[in-house]
Amino acid sequence: MSAAADTPLRRLAGDFVKSPSAVVAAIGLVLIVLAAVFAGAVAPQNPYDLAQIDIFDGSLPPGSTGFDGFHYLLGTDEQGRDMLSAIIYGLRISLSVSFISVSVAVLIGLVMGMLAAWRGGWVDSLIMRIVDIQLSFPALLVALLLLAALGKGVDKVILALIIVLWAYFARTVRGAALVEIRKDYITAARSQALPGWRILFGHLLPNVMPPVIVIATVQIANAISIEAALSFLGVGVPITEPSLGLLIANGFDYLLSGRYWISFYPGIALLLTLVCINVVGDQIRDILNPRMQR
Amino acid sequence: MTAPILSVNGLTTVFETRIGTLTAVNDVSFTVGPGEVLGLVGESGSGKTITGFSILGLIDRPGAIRAGEIWLKGTDLRKLAPDALRRLRGDRIAMIFQDPMMTLNPVLRIDTQLIETILAHRDVSRGRAREMAEAALAQVGIPSPAERLRAYPHELSGGMRQRVVIAAALMLEPDLIVADEPTTALDVTIQSQILFEMQKLMAARQTALIWITHDLTVVAGLAHRVAVMYAGRIVETGPVDDVLDRPAHPYTHGLIHSIPSATARGQRLAPIRGMTPSLIHLPEGCAFAPRCGRADAACGTAPAATDIAPGRWLRCHHPLEAGA
Amino acid sequence: MLAYLIRRLGQAALVMAVMATIVFFGLYTVGNPIDLLINPEDDLAAQEAAMRRLGLDQPIWVQFGHFVGGIFEGDLGTSFVHNRPALELILSRLPATLELVFFAMLLAVLIGVPLGMIAGLRPDAPSSKAIMAASILGFSIPNFWQGLMLIMLFAVYWGILPAGGRGDTVDVLGIPVSFLTWDGLKHLFLPALNLAIFKMSLVIRLARAGTAEVALQDYVKYARARGLSPSRVIGVHVLKNILIPVVTVLGLETGNAIAFAVVTETVFAWPGIGKLLIDSINLLDRPVVVAYLMLTVFMFVMINFLVDIGYSLLDPRVRIQARGR
Repeated sequence: MSAAADTPLRRLAGDFVKSPSAVVAAIGLVLIVLAAVFAGAVAPQNPYDLAQIDIFDGSLPPGSTGFDGFHYLLGTDEQGRDMLSAIIYGLRISLSVSFISVSVAVLIGLVMGMLAAWRGGWVDSLIMRIVDIQLSFPALLVALLLLAALGKGVDKVILALIIVLWAYFARTVRGAALVEIRKDYITAARSQALPGWRILFGHLLPNVMPPVIVIATVQIANAISIEAALSFLGVGVPITEPSLGLLIANGFDYLLSGRYWISFYPGIALLLTLVCINVVGDQIRDILNPRMQR
Repeated sequence: MTAPILSVNGLTTVFETRIGTLTAVNDVSFTVGPGEVLGLVGESGSGKTITGFSILGLIDRPGAIRAGEIWLKGTDLRKLAPDALRRLRGDRIAMIFQDPMMTLNPVLRIDTQLIETILAHRDVSRGRAREMAEAALAQVGIPSPAERLRAYPHELSGGMRQRVVIAAALMLEPDLIVADEPTTALDVTIQSQILFEMQKLMAARQTALIWITHDLTVVAGLAHRVAVMYAGRIVETGPVDDVLDRPAHPYTHGLIHSIPSATARGQRLAPIRGMTPSLIHLPEGCAFAPRCGRADAACGTAPAATDIAPGRWLRCHHPLEAGA
Repeated sequence: MLAYLIRRLGQAALVMAVMATIVFFGLYTVGNPIDLLINPEDDLAAQEAAMRRLGLDQPIWVQFGHFVGGIFEGDLGTSFVHNRPALELILSRLPATLELVFFAMLLAVLIGVPLGMIAGLRPDAPSSKAIMAASILGFSIPNFWQGLMLIMLFAVYWGILPAGGRGDTVDVLGIPVSFLTWDGLKHLFLPALNLAIFKMSLVIRLARAGTAEVALQDYVKYARARGLSPSRVIGVHVLKNILIPVVTVLGLETGNAIAFAVVTETVFAWPGIGKLLIDSINLLDRPVVVAYLMLTVFMFVMINFLVDIGYSLLDPRVRIQARGR
């Protein structure tokens, strides 16, 4: 089992490098994630340490040099905050919100989806009816209304995203699990009278993972853009923990007076992140798609 | 003999693939006269369908006609501009496709598809075009044609659909019809009805007909002359009775003896050994040699076309005695 | 067919009931609208009078009872802020949103289908690769930021289009519309384009996949064999077959477009129901939020029906099945 386990992974990596654009996107994504994780070391300034911000450096265009000789590559916002640093810190919030919510949603989706497929009957009907109803509404709208009820906050955004996203995974997992359950290895495991949870997690789980991985990459991008939109609309993260979406929203007011950089560069960062994830996700999907393998 | 309607000379059609150049049609020549039916016979992959598409100029990338002339009543179709050739298609040359289920556009009604064909070639009113379409359906034996015109393809039976396609081909009274296995997908009874009608209409109008098929019994009943294709080449051609009764090429012989027939009841069938060769890596010389019981060292060079009787020739170093 | 319709309607009613309950109780637990609506310097008696007027002094389940009763009378409560029936308020803003969504869909189809067909007909051409790269970008680009960039280019730098608002409207059958005045059209273009770009990317992908598949079908070759002009072959025989998936998906996406209109309307200050929703959420104007939700659920149900009908109009094979059912 363990000897065979690394072969598909190696094959995956081998197929992946065949697409140059996917490799470039993957490298870009790794750099973006590293910058976000080590924001404190990478960013030239801590944008939330008031001691490092100089109000006299407010609204400087990109490439300006500040009052005390500090070079602002991407300019500053109205409070004199270095935009590059604000973007790197904002990236950290955007990425961690989406990563945490997708991870929890995957877990819930796996449990619910496998449960529905395994138990069938009314359990299946109930879970899938909830999933169907939820998926018939746009994720952004559901999240928006949830946050209208819950109020602002990073934790609340994460909660709203989990509630919105789990249904995608549950549906995918159930579909994959229903196919797998009919296969011989599950019948074999059942005939050994293994306990249900061991069949589910030991035998079924590894085999439903490929489609889950595909959906998860797409949904991380989805989560990032929903979070950004919510924050832009003013129901997302609070001003003390600004994500990229909130940075863009803050720059909105200055756009009309020509100070484009306050909105422009956070948007570019957001766009690059999403393009990298989508290109990588497309490639993973093409590799894992059983139809393409034939 | 009257001047031929269609005269094909040295037609060569190739497809560029990743693993090499595939020669689907290789130096093919034949003629069809007015009112004449030419049976173009061969196994799947022998190049007979591509020959038909080549005549209509419907070869798409990565395919291309590499060489040859296609004369239709004194016009070389290969020298025509794409738009001029398009104007001939459906008007002077019509084509009937293999599968009636797949031929008609499923989302357009029969009348739309017939009328658009008329309007593409004739400067008539829509109302006049509808009358012509209705008359064409009546002619091929479709009951209550006005009603059928308003139907969608899926509302008609397979036989009815193929009649519609035949009506579309005959509608503008073309000089030449290329029919690619038009009855293969049909029941035997419907097939014989349609063959009968086709024969009648062709004779009445003096239309030239190329009937592409793998079915020798159909050819025997319908065609005047036959051309047998193997691996992109015509290996034997001549009047249908001569060729079928006294095949001279070992491949034709094998083809005839691999089908069951009433006269040969109780005899052992003699299937041709081996598989059709890949058209990318054709053997030097005769392509049939690897499967041929008569092959020897001479077959390593390509046999030239040799006349053995008026209007009859073949490509073989070791032909069977006529009548064998 | 009828039984199927009734079952679908029953499901839809259940969905509406569940959503109404969840949202009503969910919203009740957040904040007290009185804090926003009443002058804190008013005396207690005045505050209580206001509470009574809005029905906020009663227990939550009584309020819920009023709410449910109201639904059946077409009364979804009265806006705390605007002091108008919530449903009436939303319906007065609805035409602006529908106009926006409609024109966005129109742009998405009119631009997306031809581009997708070009990419599908010649998949290896450089122009096709550029189209597909643009569609990936269109998928990834955050809607609201893309809207800001449109404003930046068209309104701030070039100054050729207005940055927001709806412009002049004319009444058609008593409903104000923008697209019939030059000024209104200028105001409509950027928001519609903003909302359209994501759908356009989707349409490009669908049209490309459809074209690549349909172009190989026998009936396309047969259409060419009949000597039809290339424009007729592509414009009728290919187009009509690829429109089926495009219309289906786009129809299902209409709901999404209404949801994303929330973002577009906020960016472009477009006075539709989306902007009203955001304003109402920020002002804790509960009845409007609930009414918005009920109306949205209702619209989604209608959209699903319309998609089914549109689908059968385009595909005669489905029409027959539906008749037989």
